[in-house]
Amino acid sequence: MGGLDIETEEGRREALRRMLTIRAFDSEAGDRFADGEIPGFVHLYIGEEAVGVGTCASLEDEDYIASTHRGHGHCIAKGLDPKYMMAELYGKAEGYCNGKGGSMHIADVDAGMLGANGIVGAGPPLATGAALSIDYQDRDQVAVGFLGDGAVAQGQVHEAMNLAATWDLPAIFVIENNHYGEGTPVEEQHNVDNLSDTAQAYDIPGLTVDGMDVTAVAEAVGEARARARAGDGPSLIEAETYRYRGHYEGDEEPYRDEDEIERWKARDPIDSFKERLIDRGELTAEEFDELEHEIEAEIEAAVEYAQSAEPPAPHEAYEDMFAETPPEIERFATAARTDGGERIEDSRSTSDRSRSEGGERR
Amino acid sequence: MTAQAERELETETETMTVREAVRQALREELERDEDVYIMGEDVGLFGGVLEVTSGLYDEFGGERVRDTPISEAGFMGAATGAAATGTRPVVELMFSDFAGVSMEQIMNQMAKMRYMFGGKAEMPVTVRTTEGGGMGAASQHSGTIHTWMAHFPGLMAVAPGTAASAKGLTKAAIRSDDPVFVFENKMIYEQEGAVPTDDEFTIPLGEAAIEREGEDVTVVATQRLVGESLQTAESLAEAGVEAEVIDPRSLYPLDTETIVESVRKTGRLIVADESPLSYGTHAEIVARVQEEAFFSLDAPIQRVGTPDTHMPFSTPLEQEVLPDGDDVREAIERVT
Repeated sequence: MGGLDIETEEGRREALRRMLTIRAFDSEAGDRFADGEIPGFVHLYIGEEAVGVGTCASLEDEDYIASTHRGHGHCIAKGLDPKYMMAELYGKAEGYCNGKGGSMHIADVDAGMLGANGIVGAGPPLATGAALSIDYQDRDQVAVGFLGDGAVAQGQVHEAMNLAATWDLPAIFVIENNHYGEGTPVEEQHNVDNLSDTAQAYDIPGLTVDGMDVTAVAEAVGEARARARAGDGPSLIEAETYRYRGHYEGDEEPYRDEDEIERWKARDPIDSFKERLIDRGELTAEEFDELEHEIEAEIEAAVEYAQSAEPPAPHEAYEDMFAETPPEIERFATAARTDGGERIEDSRSTSDRSRSEGGERR
Repeated sequence: MTAQAERELETETETMTVREAVRQALREELERDEDVYIMGEDVGLFGGVLEVTSGLYDEFGGERVRDTPISEAGFMGAATGAAATGTRPVVELMFSDFAGVSMEQIMNQMAKMRYMFGGKAEMPVTVRTTEGGGMGAASQHSGTIHTWMAHFPGLMAVAPGTAASAKGLTKAAIRSDDPVFVFENKMIYEQEGAVPTDDEFTIPLGEAAIEREGEDVTVVATQRLVGESLQTAESLAEAGVEAEVIDPRSLYPLDTETIVESVRKTGRLIVADESPLSYGTHAEIVARVQEEAFFSLDAPIQRVGTPDTHMPFSTPLEQEVLPDGDDVREAIERVT
């Protein structure tokens, strides 16, 4: 699953489905985190669905995305299966990363998803790198680097855009401006009116679009993709959006008030798109309810799957560090396989004593 | 594998400098695999600030020997993203002191992606960089930082001490599917040695070389201190002390077994490495030896390295802090 034609009725229906899936997934993830079932941190995408779905709607299956800490929506938009995503959030062996990544590092490179990322601004350089591979091997793909408004202040983001622009790489940078970098308003972090103005520094197109409108995002990314594939280099798209939940679950949100949240909710990307489809006669209220129930059931099934899935075995902690596991790590893996995982601090420390040539203890 | 065994493996050799050996490794791997390309500051037409890539731009063109902006975080990140998506970048980081600028992409992306993604990301990236004092380059262009990378989980680190190992390790690094840092001491670029000409010659990561056999004391030496320790060993032989000199070549993974076997034989160990003395490469080797061969030791282990200073500019100051063959000799004399 990847690209869809938002110009068609079928494509619009699919875009709605994906947005609903993201909202249902993240609502459930928030609840399960609050229940203590999901460990660590979760950063929810609720409210921003149109950006991820609109972006991936204009990509092909083979294209890459590099995500952010708020990555669940990007995963679903790119076509990842909520079942294995939820298993990853639960830290289970069947999760996309075998339980080693969790919410902040969920990834599926084979599906073109180069990972959520715990470091603000780290995704764009990776997208530039993916675009370098594409360009170097002359493949028919593009790479998208998602970033938040806060990441625009990161040096490595500037470096990534400058490099991509200088080398005319097929990259697209999508700023999800949700108006807060963690708890600080965007105005207090940047000196430009529109974050897309920074594109001028690289002489690439910079565009600000309504990030609550999935078709507006899809259109902008579609043009950027065509430009990238024509060999004309990267584009920068700023999508203005809003997150309904805190920066992370548990954020007390002292930096904003309920009125502001309600004003944005009045422009909800799912509600507004639903209304448009109903107005066009492409959807009925009953069909929408049916779709919503179907998706809720799918997410419930994903949770049940994640809950009952097996955790990884302790020895798996020592796997996947390298293509070839060095002896430094292998000895711990061997010990964990042997004793079921109780860590032996140092299995080598007494080896000399048993050796006949080891000398006498002094 | 011992140096002796390697000589049996490879018959034809050619005398060349460390610089030429690295260049030959790069040339051979560029010829061998189209997915391999070089990127870094001034690596193209300029030929690299220390001339290692000189001529490769003319041979392979600007697509495969790519000049980057002065943008270490950007190009280190791009190399990481590229390695995860099907190509095999070989990055030149002009001076290892510049690693700090790019450390985020190294430590949080390059080193962690494979693991965080449950093994589903490939990371065949090589980073070549220069280290070491001795040319008056002062504190920001003379550092020896390999301990950082050898310490950081998810990265491999090699540090050649001879022309042969410069070639063999560079080729092994490029062929590896893991991120490998190649630390080239800039003072030995002109050092000559016999280098196997076979284009399939590589040195497996994690294999030390016994460069000189001896019964009385083991000297584990890296980079420039390999050659200096060998000279010291020759002069001490006249006084009746036979030192065994081991070049670990690979810092991570580290060939503990070869070092430990030697210490079991000699009972004495000197670790000579240009990195700062505290909390470092020396300590790791010492720790592994005491874990495995504590009861074989006949004398306290000695460390030779840079005292915990930065590299000063003025020549007498620089010579004061730089470890050399005399320091190795003094260390040996303290325990034999």
